[in-house]
Amino acid sequence: MNVLNFPLLSLITFLPLLTALLLLFIRREREGLIRGVSLLFTVLTFIVSLWLPVVFDFGSGEMQLVEKASWIEAMGVSYYMGVDGISLWLVCLSTLLSALSVLCSWDSITDRVKEYYIFLLLLETGMIGVFLALDFFLFYVFWEIVLVPMYFLIGIWGHPARRLYAAIKFFLYTLFGSVVMLLGILAVYFYAGDQTGRYTFDILELMKISYRNEPVFRIPGVITFTFQNLVWLAFFLSFAIKVPMFPFHTWLPDAHTEAPTAGSVILAGILLKMGGYGFVRFNLGMFPEATWYFVPFMVTLSIVAIIYGAMVCLVQQDMKRLIAFSSVSHMGFVTLGMFALNMQGVQGSVLQMVNHGLSTGALFLIVGLIYDRRHTRMIADFGGLSTVMPIFATLFAIIMFSSIGLPGLNGFVGEFLILVGAFYVDWRWAAFAVTGIVLGAAYMLWLYQRTMFGIVTHRENSDLLDLNFREAMTLIPIVILCFWIGLYPAPFLRAMEPSVKKVVTQLEKARKVVEGGPSPTLSALPKR
Amino acid sequence: MTAAFNPGADTLHALPEVFLCTMAIIVLILSFAVPDRRGWMEGLSVAAVVGTGALLLWQLGQPVSAFSGMYLVDNFALFFKAVFLISTLFVILMSINYLHLERVPVGEFYAVLLFSTLGMMFIASGGNLLSLYVGLETMSISIYVLAGFLKRDRKSNEAALKYLLMGAFTSGVILYGIALLYGLTGTLDIKETAATLVQMKLSNPALLLAMVMLTAGFGFKIAAVPFHMYVPDVYEGAMTTVTAFLAVGSEAAGVAALLRVFLGAIPQIQGDWAVLFWILSVLTMTVGNVLAMAQRNMKRMLAYSSIAHIGYILIGFVVGTEQGISAMLLYVLIYEFMTAGAFAMVIYLRTETVKGDLIEDFAGLARVRPAAAAAMVIFLMSLTGIPPTAGFVGKFYLFGAAINSGYIWLAVVAAVNTAISLFYYMRVAMVMYMLESPGPVSVSSSRSLYAAVIFAVLGTLIIGIYPGPFLELAQASLMGLMK
Repeated sequence: MNVLNFPLLSLITFLPLLTALLLLFIRREREGLIRGVSLLFTVLTFIVSLWLPVVFDFGSGEMQLVEKASWIEAMGVSYYMGVDGISLWLVCLSTLLSALSVLCSWDSITDRVKEYYIFLLLLETGMIGVFLALDFFLFYVFWEIVLVPMYFLIGIWGHPARRLYAAIKFFLYTLFGSVVMLLGILAVYFYAGDQTGRYTFDILELMKISYRNEPVFRIPGVITFTFQNLVWLAFFLSFAIKVPMFPFHTWLPDAHTEAPTAGSVILAGILLKMGGYGFVRFNLGMFPEATWYFVPFMVTLSIVAIIYGAMVCLVQQDMKRLIAFSSVSHMGFVTLGMFALNMQGVQGSVLQMVNHGLSTGALFLIVGLIYDRRHTRMIADFGGLSTVMPIFATLFAIIMFSSIGLPGLNGFVGEFLILVGAFYVDWRWAAFAVTGIVLGAAYMLWLYQRTMFGIVTHRENSDLLDLNFREAMTLIPIVILCFWIGLYPAPFLRAMEPSVKKVVTQLEKARKVVEGGPSPTLSALPKR
Repeated sequence: MTAAFNPGADTLHALPEVFLCTMAIIVLILSFAVPDRRGWMEGLSVAAVVGTGALLLWQLGQPVSAFSGMYLVDNFALFFKAVFLISTLFVILMSINYLHLERVPVGEFYAVLLFSTLGMMFIASGGNLLSLYVGLETMSISIYVLAGFLKRDRKSNEAALKYLLMGAFTSGVILYGIALLYGLTGTLDIKETAATLVQMKLSNPALLLAMVMLTAGFGFKIAAVPFHMYVPDVYEGAMTTVTAFLAVGSEAAGVAALLRVFLGAIPQIQGDWAVLFWILSVLTMTVGNVLAMAQRNMKRMLAYSSIAHIGYILIGFVVGTEQGISAMLLYVLIYEFMTAGAFAMVIYLRTETVKGDLIEDFAGLARVRPAAAAAMVIFLMSLTGIPPTAGFVGKFYLFGAAINSGYIWLAVVAAVNTAISLFYYMRVAMVMYMLESPGPVSVSSSRSLYAAVIFAVLGTLIIGIYPGPFLELAQASLMGLMK
């Protein structure tokens, strides 16, 4: 519990919003001041958010630092915030990447600077709020708020050619998922209210209810609909679009490619994690029986995403598009680990969300850096950059290895845990997933080789400047974290362990109900 | 059952209407004596609306039935009257500068506007099918005049004529329905009608015919699909402030009449008849949204959008529970703020030289007038139903009512429609923020218009962020109306 009773979570969430309001009062011509204020306050938010792991009780799987106030009593809506091991690192990741986004936009955004930073800051408030909200109404408000600034970031500051198309596509896809989730939320609300007689949007209360799982409608051999399955699917649609899982991923390459660098960083780094977070928190946490029912479905989609995403990467000519598709593949790992439904898998996938946020965020920063210099993202336009930009090449290499999953760097820890988790359940899942890792190494190394190694193939590349201090500072914090998580992941895993254990324990109980068999031990599941 | 007729006391109960009517007549007479540009008419009209509003506050409390039950003062009436007055206030604020741009006689406009509001207020208070009908006609005839106010504009002429013909036909249909009910029950009092009809079955052909007539008639008034054909042309052709009045005031009045008649008089509306409204609701929102996507003219787009919103509002009617109806009321209130705001922005773009009603006229607005563009984004978000705006709360509550009563598919259709509507609402945002204007962007600034926009923004955000009191207001407004 929060001893001092200080609304730390609200402070972290709303500091960016307050900054945005502050920016309203700065004249638009004073661009330097606007940048300075934005950077100052996003860094401040990050520093405040670092206080979270300090005061966080690592031994508890419960919600901590909770803040609760009544909001709309007539509907049972409250302002309810809290953090647990699953959301803790995602919040810190959000604040870090937001600060880096401000920094990386310093020179590249010169048009309508004021609006740009206002949108960026609004986005930050929305993202943090999603991870911290413990009331469905509040959660949904934050969830949707995120879409609006991102729409404008892509649409106004995106790459001129296709920004409008990419922006509306992003907005339409995600909004469609969201409204379906809204129906799911309402269904849960009324169901639980009818059961207990107390209508509330309190997520923790709603998690205590066991939702009906008797078939209401059946398509023989295909699917059985129960109340739980239907609601599960409503949430699934929203999160699967956000993650994005395989058949719902088509908005992603466009949005990521056309967005300005900071937009891509935040999209890949945090927005995708909102989907993963939603799966763990709501699908796994609230509907365990339905989750078991859909395991084969989810694992299939995940494996398809891993392999398909990786193979599509191999043929990309545009660097940003390549990294965008690599996200599909990497997020496939996250969902695979999650739906292994055991400690290692879920823990690995939560950690891998952080890892992917760091490494893919950094990769987009890297592409942004050379795009700022050359105004092209085509792989063919580069070659031999390592001789011209050695610092850049070094940082790129580290990030690339982190993305591939080289031991010693963060990606390895997450992927390893996910594979262990998957292997416990079925060795074939792990085998397919490993294919993805091999392909991942192939496309990343090939990308690096084509752009960095050899002699300088284009004359205009021969006098490119290496990174300046500001630019290096956008990458160095990430590199440090990559090593930290890679070499000493214990604190990160320890913080999330009790919370993940809670989810997995509940799933185990549900499995007993579903299968009627004896419960296997928690850490080592026998093969199914 | 019928209360005694007591002229003195009853007139006192109708004091808000009496006051409004007097003010309207004063405005009309003064308009012959005072030149347009003095600002008298505007001042008097605002005073009329605010004064009437104050008198409404004084009426809060016990429900009253006056003029032998023809005129009711209950929470429902007060709620809708407040809604009408707010919408009239919006229209006056928008009109102050705009009327000069359009070069129309000012005094007549405000007088007719106030008469129309008077008609709406009688609808809200209608305890008798005949008084309700008279209110409906007072409102409609005034609006026919308003729609044709641009005497030299062909489109305005067309709008007025179309609206007149359609409206006259509709009134006939409604009157026919009322006559059939009268024939069945021998009374025009709404409560007594209900008491008699309770024993009848829907299979009674006369009753069935009456309900068909009334459904079609009110369908026209609220512009539900397939009775919506006239709406886009009328909305496009009429002066923008009149369009705004049609969209927020007249639609709300239609909803009030619908609820008074169907909920009050015809208990058979629940059950089988709801299926018909289920279909109407789905059709209305879907057709409205799909056709809105194809529009290039802002006023036409908002016309289709208003059709779509009527579709959402009908969800509450289909559900028919207290929750459903209160969701309708809340949505009407919310709809008023966001739609008035959007129309205010259309008027903002009207200058001496530019008509400003095409979507592309909004191009580059964000660069020149960032605050105005931001306000428009808030209205658009609200119309789409994105939090933290009022539109979200309205939809949230409507969808909730639908799901709670088991209308899952209706909620699903509405959700899909929400996603569709995003496309055309956000296109306006896109034009404002992401396209550049070919020429200089000109706007007509006026303090009263700013006041309207600020009022609308505040309404949209406050209901969006703190909806509790408004929700309770909507629920309290049903007291005595629902069984």
